[in-house]
Parts: sequence; C-alpha cells; structure tokens
Amino acid sequence: MIAWMQWTLPTAIFFATIAAILLVMTVFEVVKPCVERKGFLPIATTRGDRLFIGLLSSAYIHLLFLGLTEASLWIALAISVVWLGVLLRWG
Amino acid sequence: MTHSKRRGFGITFYILLLLLPIYWLLNMSFKTNQEILSSLTLWPQNFTFHNYAVIFTDPSWYDGYINSMIYVSINVVITLLVSLPAAYAFSRYKFVGDKHLFFWLLSNRMAPPAVFLLPFFQLYSSIGLFDTHIAVALAHCLFNVPLAVWILEGFISGVPREYDEMAYIDGYSFPRFFIKIFIPMIRSGIGVSAFFAFMFSWVELLLARTLTSVDAQPIGAIMTRTVGASGIDWGVLAAAGVLTIIPGLLVVWFVRNHVATGFALGRV
Amino acid sequence: MRKVPNNRAWWLVLPVFILVAFSALIPLMTVVNYSVQDIFGPNAAYFVGTDWFREVLRNESLQASLGRQVVFSAAVLLIEIPLGIGIALLMPTGGKRASLCLILLAIPLLIPWNVVGTIWQIFGRGDIGLFGRFLNEIGINYNYTADPVDAWFTVLLMDVWHWTPLVALLCYSGLRAIPQAFYQAAEIDRASRWAVFRYIQLPRLKSVLVIAVLLRFMDSFMIYTEPFVLTGGGPGSSTTFLSQTLTTMAVGQFDIGRAAAFSLVYFLIVLLVSWLFFTAITYPDRDK
Repeated sequence: MIAWMQWTLPTAIFFATIAAILLVMTVFEVVKPCVERKGFLPIATTRGDRLFIGLLSSAYIHLLFLGLTEASLWIALAISVVWLGVLLRWG
Repeated sequence: MTHSKRRGFGITFYILLLLLPIYWLLNMSFKTNQEILSSLTLWPQNFTFHNYAVIFTDPSWYDGYINSMIYVSINVVITLLVSLPAAYAFSRYKFVGDKHLFFWLLSNRMAPPAVFLLPFFQLYSSIGLFDTHIAVALAHCLFNVPLAVWILEGFISGVPREYDEMAYIDGYSFPRFFIKIFIPMIRSGIGVSAFFAFMFSWVELLLARTLTSVDAQPIGAIMTRTVGASGIDWGVLAAAGVLTIIPGLLVVWFVRNHVATGFALGRV
Repeated sequence: MRKVPNNRAWWLVLPVFILVAFSALIPLMTVVNYSVQDIFGPNAAYFVGTDWFREVLRNESLQASLGRQVVFSAAVLLIEIPLGIGIALLMPTGGKRASLCLILLAIPLLIPWNVVGTIWQIFGRGDIGLFGRFLNEIGINYNYTADPVDAWFTVLLMDVWHWTPLVALLCYSGLRAIPQAFYQAAEIDRASRWAVFRYIQLPRLKSVLVIAVLLRFMDSFMIYTEPFVLTGGGPGSSTTFLSQTLTTMAVGQFDIGRAAAFSLVYFLIVLLVSWLFFTAITYPDRDK
C-alpha cells in the first residue's frame, strides 16, 4: 500500500523532525499563546511566522551549499540550526 | 461626449481583437478540410456541419465531453462542501495555527501541478482510482479548494457576525443556522466560488490527462487524435475546440451579475 | 472583523485539512523520498543522498529553462498589468453594455488551455491562419515554428490574449468600489484626468492589483499546456519553460529521482516568491 512512496530512513527522520517541531510549537502555543512582536526582521512576526521563515531560509541555505560548493551538508545544517535559533529568539 | 465616444471605440476595438482568434476557430469549424487547406476564406464558402456530425455521432468523441463534465461537477460539489465550513471558521474564529494553515492551503494553489504529477499517478494507482472521474476531481481539489476557501472567506467576512449571534439567541443550532440562514446570505459568494472551481477544473489538462487512460479521458486528451497519418484534421479539431467553449459561456451567463465582485474574489 | 478565539473551529477546517493533506502532503512527502533515490522499479531503488540536487542545480539546460521562465513571467507581468488597468479604465461603468463587456472579456478565461494553444496554433499559421497569413502578406517574414523570436512573440501574444482579461476584470471591480464622492471632489478641484488616475484610482486599485500580480505570477510560472500545444517548446528549446522541462523528465524519460529533486527546487522558488506576495497582501490588514 505505501511501498510506492519509497520511504527511506533519512527522509523518515527528516519528516519526523518536522512533525515533532510542529507538535512542540502547537503545544507551546496552546500552553502559552504567543504575542506578535517586532524583532530584527522588517515585519512584526509571531513564533509560528519566525519558524516558517527559518525553515524556508534553511532550505535555501542547503540549496546554496549544494549548488555552489562541494562542502559537506552538515555545515549547512549547523548553520541552519544556529540561524533558526537566532531567528526564533531575536527575529 | 467625445471622450466617452473614444472610450467606447477603444473597448470595442479591444474586444474585436479578443474575439478574432475565436471567430477564426468558429469559421474553420464550418469549413471542409479541402477549403481550409486550399484557400484563405474569411467565411465558409461551402458551409458544412460535417465536422460537428463527426463528433456527435462517435461515442469515443462525445464521451470525452461527458467525462470532463462529470469530473468537473464532482469537483465543484466536493470543493463547495469542504470549503464552506472552513471559510466560515477562518472568517469568524481565531485558532491555533490558523494563519499558517491558511497559507499552507494557498501554497497548494501556487504549486505547479507538474510537481505533483508522478506521486499523483502512483497514489491514485495504488488505491485503485486510476482512470476514474473521482481521481481527477480529487486531484483538481488541490488548487480549487484553497481558492474557494479564499474567495468564500472574503464574502463571509462581509456578513456582520451579529447575524450569527441573533440566530443563536433565537435558538438555532449551528448546522440549522448554517444551512437555513447563512448559506442563503452568501449565495453570490457560493456562485462565484462554484464558477471559479468550474473554470479551473474545466481548463486544466495536465493532471486530467495523466490520471486517466480510457474510461475517464477528458476531451482535451481526445482532441490530440485529430493528428493522423494523413496530417491534422483541422475541421474536426476546430469543431471540437468550439464545443469546449460553450459550457464556459453558459456558466459565465449564469453568474454575469456577480462577475465584477467575483473576480475581485470578494475582497474589494 | 473581530475574531473570537475558539480552538473548536478546527473541527470546521478538518475536512479541508484531510482532503488537502491527502492530495498534497502525501505527494509532497513522496517527492522528497524520490528525490534522494535512484529508482529503477518498485523494488529496485538505491539511496543516492543529495546527488540529484547537486546535479539539478548545476545542470545548464535546467538553468536555461529557469532563465526563460523568469523572463517569460516578467514579460507577462509587465505587459498584462498595465494593459489590464487600461482596459478596465475604458470599460463602460454600468448597465447592459457593461455586463456584455464583462461576459465577452471572460470568454478567453473559460477556454481549456489546450484549446487556447490550438486556437493560436491555427491563427498564427502562415498558410491557414488569419494572423500568420496577414503578417506574411504585408511583407513580414513570420513563422512561429521555425524562428525562435517569432515563437516567443506568439507565446507572449497568446498569454496576453488569454490572461489580460483577468487583470482587467479584477481592476474593473476595484474601480467600481470607489465611491462617487471621490470623483466629485476631484471635479471640484479641477483635477486632470491623470491626477484622478494617479491619486484616486491607482491607490484604490492596490489590493486588487496585488491579487492580480500574485495570480499572474503563479500561473505564468507554471505554464505548460498552452506553449506545449502551440510550439511544443520549440524551435529547439527556445520556448520550453520549467513545467514542460519537468514533465518531459518525469513522464517522458521516467527519470524519477532527478525529476523529484527538480520539483522540490521549483516548488521552493514558487513558495518563496508567493510567500513574499502573500505577506505583502495581508500584512497591511493585520492591525485592523
């Protein structure tokens, strides 16, 4: 039934991580609703907005690494995680 | 006066240009292939219904129209049924993740159908829906549902929430209020959403063609068969094209009074 | 509108969520799975990591296709938006003539996309098409199947013909929403035609124009059927845009892994640009 989806371990981990992040954010939101605020980004954002911006820009960081360099993707991942943290805290 | 005359002239000229290619298709559909290929005539010299007769007497031709109609209708019904409550929720309530859910829905309207081509084919094959009308209808929901939610949300936001509150005080249950009072109030919005769902499902071919082979083949896919060993059968191709324009004309006629607000998606 | 916080509203959204999750989330996850594997058949897939992405991002023919796509979408927006505004300004303001105009304008939008391609395929031909024959008769050497410039011109003309009415209809409804009092005030001030347009009509058109730009960007960026029927992407690959490149790769060559990686890059581009537009539309309303 799901054989056609051709799951692999890395992609399963990837989606599980995303799902976990979403779950944590949702629970966090219910427990402690977030207020929109203005950080270093040009627009006022909520926690969810910053998460989305962070994930989308992380995807682009990875693509830049793949397209322009031969460097390991772990570096891109590290940069993305740091960037995501910075964005969530001060964005 | 001269100013408004100039305006009138300008818009008439534009509409004539707009209709010219369609006229040419119509013109060709009434010609014989011999006339089409031998000389350029501005109207049919030997007026013939032969090309239309070919389509209306051959089930493998007219089935294409029937298939397209079926999946478009199923799509419009599904789209409206699921979009109405969702649009109401988005318009009236704040809930966890509402804005992100809304953008996620719209992002599916933005996704190029070509991106989903392969997995759709695999998905519908694996659940045994390949080459059925319902498969195409569901696939078209991908871009029609987000659009319908967006349009309906605009229209519903135009209805003051005092109506909802009054209905509660009068003792209406939510489903009864929704069907008896609310839906009649936003009928023009529903008409416009149905129009858009019809439009985008009717004109789409890439997904419809990929998800069907014989039993649910849309007219657009059947039209490619006019290319034969002896070249293209221009007359029949033109006639088939003309026939695909007619359902759209009928639908736009029904919503003509709401076209202006409708095309602004209820958000002016 | 004042919104009431109520998490039970999720129940109303659930049907849409399930439907769209079924037809978008599952396929999207599948595309991600495909993109990291080399797939030969149901039981013959090999994990290749990010090799497809590396290749797709460096593939020159894909970059060329992306370049053409960007030029095409930009040209479409630059032509259709001003033209649509102009037509909306010319349209009659009310009565039977206005409805007739609206219906006639809507016709191209309701024609199946392959038929739009067919119409222009016929109309532009030098032997049996009015337009192609006319150009040839007045001494212009025009042949959209052989000359890349003519092919581009025809594809653009077709798109302008097809979609300018949408922009015009959007702007028309935006114009109708401007209260008469604004025009009367302008008349008292003896404002020129241009001043009325620049300071009254254009600012009020902003919201519909953003929708028009968003819709036209998204749809022109995923254009497939019309140029496929008209030129088949040719001559050469001069009018092959992203969706056609992708479809050829996925269905024509059954090159699943590469097509999936390409799909994701394509999707990310559309997602970013559309998010920017969407934020631009909704952001000013947030304070209300």
